[in-house]
Amino acid sequence: MSYIKPTFVHPQAPRNEVGYLKRDYEGKISTLCAGCGHDSISAAIVQACFEMNIEPHHLAKLSGIGCSSKTPTYFLSNSHGFNSVHGRMPSIATGANLANKELIYLGVSGDGDTASIGMGQFVHVIRRNVNMTYIVMNNGCYGLTKGQDSATADKGSISKPSREATPYEAIDLVGLALELNASFVARSFSGDKSQLIPLLKAAMSHKGFAFIDIISPCVTFNNNKGSTKSYDYVREHISITGAMDYVPEEKAIEVEYAEGSQKDIELFGHSVVHLEKLAPNWNPTDKQSAIDKLQATKRNGQILTGLLYVNPNPRDLHQINHTVDIPLNKLTENHLYPGDGELDKINEGMR
Amino acid sequence: MSGKRRVNDFVIRFANVNGTGSASTNGLFAKSIFRSGVPVSAKNIFPSNIQGLPTWYEVRISDKGYLGRREGIDIMVAVNPQSFQEDLQRILPGGYIIYDNSRPLHDDQKRSDINMIGLPMMLLSMEYFELPRLQQLFKNVIYLGALVALLDIDINIVKHLIEELFATKPKLWPPNFKALEVGYNYAKENYDCPLDTRIEKRDLIGDQIMVEGNEATALGIVYGGATVCAWYPITPSTSVAKAYDKYANKFLIDKDSKKKKFAMVQAEDELAAIGMVIGAGWNGARAFTSTSGAGVSLMNEFIGLAYFAEIPVFLVNVQRGGPSTGMPTRTQQGDIISSAYASHGDTKHILLFPSTPNECFEMSATGLDLADRFQTPIILLSDLDLGMNEHITEPFSWDKNRKYDRGKVLTAEDLDDPNLDWGRYLDIDGDGIPYRTIPGTHPSKGGYFTRGTSRDEYARYTEKGAVYKRNVDRLTRKWNTARKWVPKPEFYQDGYKSNHGLLFFGTTTYAAIEAMDKLQASSSPMDAMRIRAFPFNNEVEDFISQHDEIFVIEQNKDAQMRSLLINELEIHPKKLISILNYDGYPITAQNIIEQIGEHLSIKMISQV
Repeated sequence: MSYIKPTFVHPQAPRNEVGYLKRDYEGKISTLCAGCGHDSISAAIVQACFEMNIEPHHLAKLSGIGCSSKTPTYFLSNSHGFNSVHGRMPSIATGANLANKELIYLGVSGDGDTASIGMGQFVHVIRRNVNMTYIVMNNGCYGLTKGQDSATADKGSISKPSREATPYEAIDLVGLALELNASFVARSFSGDKSQLIPLLKAAMSHKGFAFIDIISPCVTFNNNKGSTKSYDYVREHISITGAMDYVPEEKAIEVEYAEGSQKDIELFGHSVVHLEKLAPNWNPTDKQSAIDKLQATKRNGQILTGLLYVNPNPRDLHQINHTVDIPLNKLTENHLYPGDGELDKINEGMR
Repeated sequence: MSGKRRVNDFVIRFANVNGTGSASTNGLFAKSIFRSGVPVSAKNIFPSNIQGLPTWYEVRISDKGYLGRREGIDIMVAVNPQSFQEDLQRILPGGYIIYDNSRPLHDDQKRSDINMIGLPMMLLSMEYFELPRLQQLFKNVIYLGALVALLDIDINIVKHLIEELFATKPKLWPPNFKALEVGYNYAKENYDCPLDTRIEKRDLIGDQIMVEGNEATALGIVYGGATVCAWYPITPSTSVAKAYDKYANKFLIDKDSKKKKFAMVQAEDELAAIGMVIGAGWNGARAFTSTSGAGVSLMNEFIGLAYFAEIPVFLVNVQRGGPSTGMPTRTQQGDIISSAYASHGDTKHILLFPSTPNECFEMSATGLDLADRFQTPIILLSDLDLGMNEHITEPFSWDKNRKYDRGKVLTAEDLDDPNLDWGRYLDIDGDGIPYRTIPGTHPSKGGYFTRGTSRDEYARYTEKGAVYKRNVDRLTRKWNTARKWVPKPEFYQDGYKSNHGLLFFGTTTYAAIEAMDKLQASSSPMDAMRIRAFPFNNEVEDFISQHDEIFVIEQNKDAQMRSLLINELEIHPKKLISILNYDGYPITAQNIIEQIGEHLSIKMISQV
């Protein structure tokens, strides 16, 4: 197997509106197992960023530790990346976002990195509504340490190394994110590119915390019979809220709709999610209906995917903080020096 | 009986119940001495509790300018029945107790070798004030009034201070003045005022100011240009974040939009707090967190990441009594080792040791520069005594032309230079410090992957031993460069005059300087050096090598600074004699002198 990517580019290879080739969004060759769901997600990220005309240096990719957290090496080589410590990517992303609100922040985590060691930071980054996209590549197991169950492994699911049904309740990250009022909540499947790419685009356009839980089978440790995170199981049990398309920079059209019809949701003032709504009794801007739908699907043994909930006008951390428009990392002495005589006044007040 | 004549040289202690409003009254007392031109230092000895437990406020007054603690109480203002017996026993023979005689004392609550001054605080308060809540509060001002008469303090100074304290609430002035006069008049009418222990006005303060170290730290951080603060509440560091909030809201608000040129996050824990600081530092904003020892323990993994991935961090550690939860409201210098080597693997961090509020200010601004210059965590090691007590200190100063040292950061133009061979961890200048780029700088150049794993000069992951070794050897080079940049030690003599040296740092300085004077007066002068930073500069090494024996004075049990010196400078352990204090109270000069005397006489005997 080769670890060097060919440098040849077809002269007719299309460039996007900001002049980049698709390969400008690619990364190093993946060292994950052949067939790993994570690689499909990386490919979807490359495609989404290319199509969204994101300049690579305007995006920062951040991760924790684990197989999922290795993936930022495999996409967007021209973007700054930060592979931090286990379960702590949210705090790094929060700090980075505080320093420069102009970049797009793409956080990549896994089920161990988020639902176990990183649970504390996960819930608090939601609470603060940091403007970022937070992806969990969810395979229900710890791949790098040879397949131990994670906290998202469904009760009763059997992984290859354990050979026994998981006796513990699973943590449903999507349900938790809804409960915590995350301003954008979605679930997808690494094997469903047509759904994942528009979801990624919508999440990255969202001006607040956007969470996507992506079921991403582990081919080595958790793709066996009895596992609820295998390709076969997920394909057989998937339930989709709606086929969606993301339309940037389009004027919003409010559409009344009936069950099974279309809905356009104006997102963030400038872009539109064009939704072919398939699920009944559910409205993606109504949190309660999303919770109801999620629980009903779960009761039926199905996995609900798609955009579940979005608050089109959330207040992000900078709005809450009333931060100045210019990014904090661009402020200099000229902006920050308190002024002549101020220190004398302070001294005088301490005498 | 009367006491020993003590003008401007005594210790007065206030014994109160916490949560009864005594803190502001006691603060007025200390400030009035300061305004009288007399050196004064005040220490809060408080419980880890909100309301109802004993709390003390100890004030030392010293014409000679000795601002360290001194054992023994000359005057006790005993307002707390719960601690009365204990307070009574602490008074030096010939001293005074000022107590509430609204109810008569039992026989076992008296001492014949001290002066008992009864003041019916509660009865007077009830006579002049109606509301029970006010009766409680003004009881404090009544004893202050009595002290003004007994110690001959200028009452107008106190009145001015009350006006300043309630500058926005002039309605509060008359009742406070009333209470002050009630106490004052009672003392004048019932006792010979002033006592022989008293205040005389001086002009010994000059243009100095009086302020808590934590407030000075926060102000230095604002002047140093930090725009991101992420923190988690912990005594005794909380007031750093509080003061940053105050000064940032004063100085860092955009005039036109009224928006904030800073961001503050009260994090969910210390791990998240330092994570945010690292994220912000990585992304080019100056950022800091403040915490205490327990917080640093929690931050360890992240500190290692910042060290290894080379990200600027400014961390304020206001030390308290450890280990574990330890003595949360007592002082200690117990985090030297855990800060110097925080995190797993081979890690070392630059430490700064301020000893005055002025130095807290200066070292905070400098610390932010050093963090950028060396792309690494800088830890300011303050302590509870310095951080939470008011100290007399030189006024703050700032050169208005001073620029932030942002260190080696490449701009888009730099990156476009065709001759540039840049690698994030490439040592171009030979000083071990590489060049960094801030995300978003250039459309196609300067992007790199930051990681806590081993990497080569171009930030590419590697597991090759030789490449790993090259990188960590560069970190050693960087460390050696830092030796020349960090603040140099302070010396207290021209040339060396003694075979013995005193070595100290931080708040130990107050007592050490007093001890130095006393040694001088007893014809055994010693040379002295105050360490201001780690890594140790060459001057530190030189001072130690020029003396036969060094007394290392510090406030922890395990002699941590001594260990650090032995470890880093390969000094023979026998050469470094420990002078330790670790009961949670600030070290005293007497304690230092006694320990030195003990060592020297033991040595003399063994030589015979």
